[in-house]
Amino acid sequence: MSCWDTIADYGLRSLGIGERLLPREDFTLCQQFTLIGSGMLWNIYFGTLALITGFFLATAVALGKASRNRVLRKLSEWFIFVFRGSPLFIQFFFAYFLFLLLKQSTGMFSALSYAWAGALVVLFLNTAAYTGEIFYGALQSVPKGDVEAADAYGMSGWSRFRRVIWPTMLRLAWPAYTNEAIFLFHATTLVFFSGFPALQQKGDALYYASYFADKTFNPFVPYPILAGYFILLTLLIVSIFGLINRRLNRHLPQDRRPRLKFRPNLLR
Amino acid sequence: MNTPYRRSAIFSYCTDPAALDTARWFACYLTTGKHMGFYVSFGTVLLLLAITAPTALAFGFAAAGAARSALAPLRWIGKTYIAIVRGVPDIAFFLFFVIALDQGFEWLRHKVKCPDWDEPIRQGNDFVVCTAAKLPLGNAPQWMHETYGFLLAVLTFAIVFGAFAGNVLFGAMRAVPEAQLETGSAYGMTRRQIFWRILVPQMWVYALPGLSNLWMVLIKATPLLFLLGVEDIVYWARELGGSKTPRFTDYPHGDWRMWYFLALLIFYLAFTRVSEIVLDRLMKRLTHGQATTGGEAQRKATS
Repeated sequence: MSCWDTIADYGLRSLGIGERLLPREDFTLCQQFTLIGSGMLWNIYFGTLALITGFFLATAVALGKASRNRVLRKLSEWFIFVFRGSPLFIQFFFAYFLFLLLKQSTGMFSALSYAWAGALVVLFLNTAAYTGEIFYGALQSVPKGDVEAADAYGMSGWSRFRRVIWPTMLRLAWPAYTNEAIFLFHATTLVFFSGFPALQQKGDALYYASYFADKTFNPFVPYPILAGYFILLTLLIVSIFGLINRRLNRHLPQDRRPRLKFRPNLLR
Repeated sequence: MNTPYRRSAIFSYCTDPAALDTARWFACYLTTGKHMGFYVSFGTVLLLLAITAPTALAFGFAAAGAARSALAPLRWIGKTYIAIVRGVPDIAFFLFFVIALDQGFEWLRHKVKCPDWDEPIRQGNDFVVCTAAKLPLGNAPQWMHETYGFLLAVLTFAIVFGAFAGNVLFGAMRAVPEAQLETGSAYGMTRRQIFWRILVPQMWVYALPGLSNLWMVLIKATPLLFLLGVEDIVYWARELGGSKTPRFTDYPHGDWRMWYFLALLIFYLAFTRVSEIVLDRLMKRLTHGQATTGGEAQRKATS
C-alpha cells in the first residue's frame, strides 16, 4: 500500500471520511503523519472559531471592566476571574458534565454534549476571558492625548471609540494577543482528553499521536511528528498576526513599530 | 478477624444510610473511605506543587546558567532546552516524557543489570527489557508502583516547567544592569564571582513577575496529573461522581460529576486567588528600595 493510498484513506479520517478502521499493526511513518495531520483539522477548527468569536466577546468584556457602571464592571471582573483563575482542563470537565445534565433534564442543547459544539463554547469563553484581560490592559494604556485629540475634533461616543480608541487598543494589545492565539491553539489539544468523547475515534492531532504511542509503545515517533505540525501552525499564526500587526502600525514611523516577539507558550 | 468491609463510619449513626435524613446522609456520604481518598488526593496535588516548584526552579536556574555560559556546547544545550518547549503544546510533552523517561530508566538499568542480553529491546511494537531491569520490579508492592508513577510525573513537570523557568531567569539575568557587572570586573572579580555575588542576588526582582505567572500556570497544570496516570483529584471526582446504583453501594445517587467538578473549580479559584494575594505582597516587599518604576512609586507614596 503506497503512501498516497494511505493519505486517501486517512487524510480526512478525523472527520469520519475514508477508511473506518484505524491501523492496528505494522504502523508506517506515512500512516502516523497522515492521521496526526488529519487530526490537526480539529485543532485548527477549534482554534480559529474560538479566536474569531472570542475576539468580539473579549472587546465587550474589556469595555465592561473599564466601564463606570458598577454592575457591568463586577460582571466582567468575575467572568475574567473565573476563566483565568481555574484550569481549562477542569473547565472542560465541568462544562461537559453540565451539558450532559442539561441534555438529560431538558432534552435540548444535545449538540453541546459533543465536542464540536460544547468544547468550542468552553474555548470561546476561555479565550474571551484571557483576551479580555489583555484588551483591558491595552485600553488602560491608550495615550491620553489621543482621546483628547478626538474630543477636540468633536468626536464622541461610538465614532470616538471606533476611530481612535479601538484601533489604538488593538495596536497596543497585538503582541500579547498573538501569544494568546498561540496559547489557544495549543490548548485545543486538551479537548479530547477531558470528558468530551471522540466519537468513532474522530479525534484531534494529540488524540491520534497518543493512540500511536499507546499501540507501538514508542513515543519517539508520534510526538515529534505532532510537535512538527504544531511548530508549523505556530509559525503560520505568527506570520498572519505579523501581517495584521504591520497594518495596525502602518501610520507609525518605522523604528517605533513594535515587533512581534515569539514568546513561550504557557498552558492554562 | 473477618469483619465485612464497612465504609469507615466516622459517625455512629452511619450504619444504615437508607434510613437517614438528608443532612445526616450527606455527613455519612462525605466521610466514606473513598471520599477520604478524594481528600487525600488534594494532598497529592499540594505535594506535587511542593516538590515540583523548587525542582523546576533548579532546572531553570541550571538552564539559564548554561545558556549564558562561555562554553559553546553548554550554551547550545541550555538554549535548546529552553527553546524546545516553546511552540509545542505542553500536554504533548507531558504525555511524551512519561513514557520516554520510563523507557529511558528501564533501558539504562537493562544495560547495567543484564549486559549479556542479546535480543533487541524494541521487538516490533514491544519494549522488552530483562525482568531484573523492570521498574518497579514485577513483584514490588502496589504502593511502590504508585510512588514510581508519581515520581515520574514530578520529574516530567519539573522538566517542562524547568524550561519555562529557565526562560524567565534567562531574561531576568539579562535585565540586571550591565554597569553592575562591569563594576564587578573592575574590582577584579572572576566571571564566577560576578555571577554568584552580583548577578544572582539582583536578578530575583526582575524574575519575580515571570515566576509568579509561572506559579499560577503550574497550579493550573496540576489536573494534568490525571493524564499521567496518577490517582489525583480529577480521577476521584470522576470516580465518585458517576451514578451509583443501590446494588453496589450504600449511598446510591445519580450522576453528580458536575458537582464534583464544580467543587474542583472552586478549589482552584480559591487557590489561585490566595496565591495572587501572597505574591502581590511579596512583590511589594521585594521592590522596596529598588531602582525600578515600582520601587520609585513606593518611595513617592510613602514620602
